[in-house]
Amino acid sequence: MVRIRQFEERCVELYSGGEVRGFVHLCIGEEAVSAGVLGALGPEDAVVTTYREHGHALARGIPAESVFAEMLGRVTGCSRGRGGSMHLFDVSRRFYGGHGIVAGGLPVAAGLALADRMRGQEHVTCCLFGDGALAEGEFHETANLAALWDLPLLLACENNLYAMGTALNREHAQTDLAARAASYGLVAWGVDGMDVLAVERAVARAARAIRDGAGPVFLELRTYRFRAHSMYDPDRYRDKAEVERWKERDPIQVLSTRMRAEDGLDDKAIAEVEKEVSEELDTALDHARQGGTEPVEDLLRFVYSPAEGSS
Amino acid sequence: MTGVGARQAGSMSYREAMREAMREALAADDRVFLMGEDVGRYGGAFGVSLGLVEEFGPERVRDTPLSESGFVGAGIGAAIAGLRPIVEVMTVNFSLLALDQILNNAATLLHMSGGQVAVPLVIRMTTGAGRQLAAQHSHSLEAFYAHIPGIRVLAPATVADARWMLAPALADPDPVIVFEHGSLYNGTDSTADEPGPVDLGSAVVRRPGADLSLITYGGSLGKALTAAEQLAAQDEVDAEVVDLRSLRPLDDATVIGSVRRTHRAVIVDEGWRTGGLSAEVAARITEQAFYDLDAPVERVCGAEVPVPYAAQLEQAALPQVPDIVAAALRAVG
Repeated sequence: MVRIRQFEERCVELYSGGEVRGFVHLCIGEEAVSAGVLGALGPEDAVVTTYREHGHALARGIPAESVFAEMLGRVTGCSRGRGGSMHLFDVSRRFYGGHGIVAGGLPVAAGLALADRMRGQEHVTCCLFGDGALAEGEFHETANLAALWDLPLLLACENNLYAMGTALNREHAQTDLAARAASYGLVAWGVDGMDVLAVERAVARAARAIRDGAGPVFLELRTYRFRAHSMYDPDRYRDKAEVERWKERDPIQVLSTRMRAEDGLDDKAIAEVEKEVSEELDTALDHARQGGTEPVEDLLRFVYSPAEGSS
Repeated sequence: MTGVGARQAGSMSYREAMREAMREALAADDRVFLMGEDVGRYGGAFGVSLGLVEEFGPERVRDTPLSESGFVGAGIGAAIAGLRPIVEVMTVNFSLLALDQILNNAATLLHMSGGQVAVPLVIRMTTGAGRQLAAQHSHSLEAFYAHIPGIRVLAPATVADARWMLAPALADPDPVIVFEHGSLYNGTDSTADEPGPVDLGSAVVRRPGADLSLITYGGSLGKALTAAEQLAAQDEVDAEVVDLRSLRPLDDATVIGSVRRTHRAVIVDEGWRTGGLSAEVAARITEQAFYDLDAPVERVCGAEVPVPYAAQLEQAALPQVPDIVAAALRAVG
């Protein structure tokens, strides 16, 4: 979580300094979801996610250098600089993006789960998406398909209470998202998304149930983003007091308070972790900046797969 | 299992040819499965998959809910995971509900992921008018899909192509869309059981000729061939008929080669004229063979109207043989 937080803070600097362009969606405040969800999945499980995915990518094990390089548009980035912040991919880690259309990754995740189901493999496909996705038809279609076909699919809804600038109660007639999911026949429950241990426990339990053949599960991970929707967003739509209230439940603070009480964690240990992460990210960013750029002559590469025998 | 050996001697319909191609693919490769609305128990909205569920079971001939975006997207995910789905969408009109998945995912993921995520998916759908199905079941929107880089777009116009295009489409590592004109299904041909090499990227000269090139695809091929015969019989005009067969990529070499020989071009396209495939082909002829032309390029297209139900209006909205003959005579005149 510290690593994700610091990574994101550097993204702010990189964006403000003009080194990173495009849309950059930060997950500061939502680190418990990234660390908890990805921490509870196995390497053979598949992950499909959204445009707010730096935290998911890092927690999945994609090196920070590779993510930085992607955001800097370097060929050494995890999508060779063709995806940018919103489209991080790493097939070697079964990390299938990085989708920029709200709910667009949901049917694809259902297909990955269908393939596992048809081949009798016990993997779970985890699809992460925001509360806004529940207003899209693709959520309905995917929830129906998943329940109908009994797919090994974990629908992990990162409910941060806002779809861009539209509050939950202004976007949904039914704001109890787990209840809505349950109406499709999915097993569904809500989780405190600011508590990494609660998230990890819930995902582990859900994944176990899915592997045991209980069918798809929907988890509503109740969280909050401390920053705006994207770096581009002036954040005029919400009350500053609300943001401050949620910051009192900062997931890193929640965990460290608990570890102070239960594990004897002290300031020194925390400072050491922060310093270690900071140094790691310094090095990662340095290396990312040194990465080459894809030659313009290669613009049309990867529109189609290379013909067999060609490189 | 019946595979290639089950090919019937004698005549085969376009519908049977497509079914036989799918049966062969399902029998030959465990990764292949068919998915779509009513493809199983019902036998396919147009009867193409009749009997396949009995032969291969409901897992591999999979009925879907009415969820074009959901099941096309699921096909994309299954393809990414290593299966070889054939997804049937009833008509091109309905496919617009899945356009997000086709354009933003199927066509895009390979490039956006820096070459990591290939999508070996085949999507089949009907297109076209002529059966009084009115505007929401009759349009020819092939040009929408031919516009998109990252996918291959095919329009089998003959029974043989219906029979032999599917296997190379499934072998293609990237998404392929196959457009089947609804008026073709009942057509029969006795040559379909003779396998010919199908190079998915190439157009075919269906009738050689010296005086002008009739360039068309899909459901309009038969009309173009009929027009060519009439032109030969009545007007002593020897028309070459070029079947584009692949709408993306377009086979410039065959089209331009034909126009260089005949010096005149008439494009027949059931789709709308504005921004359509006929516009693209005409532009390419102008770009590459302008000085070979002896006459302006002519176009015979669908009328710029939502296709109406009433028979006489529908027929008037579509390219017809007399329209093609008239355009050809203008070109040679």
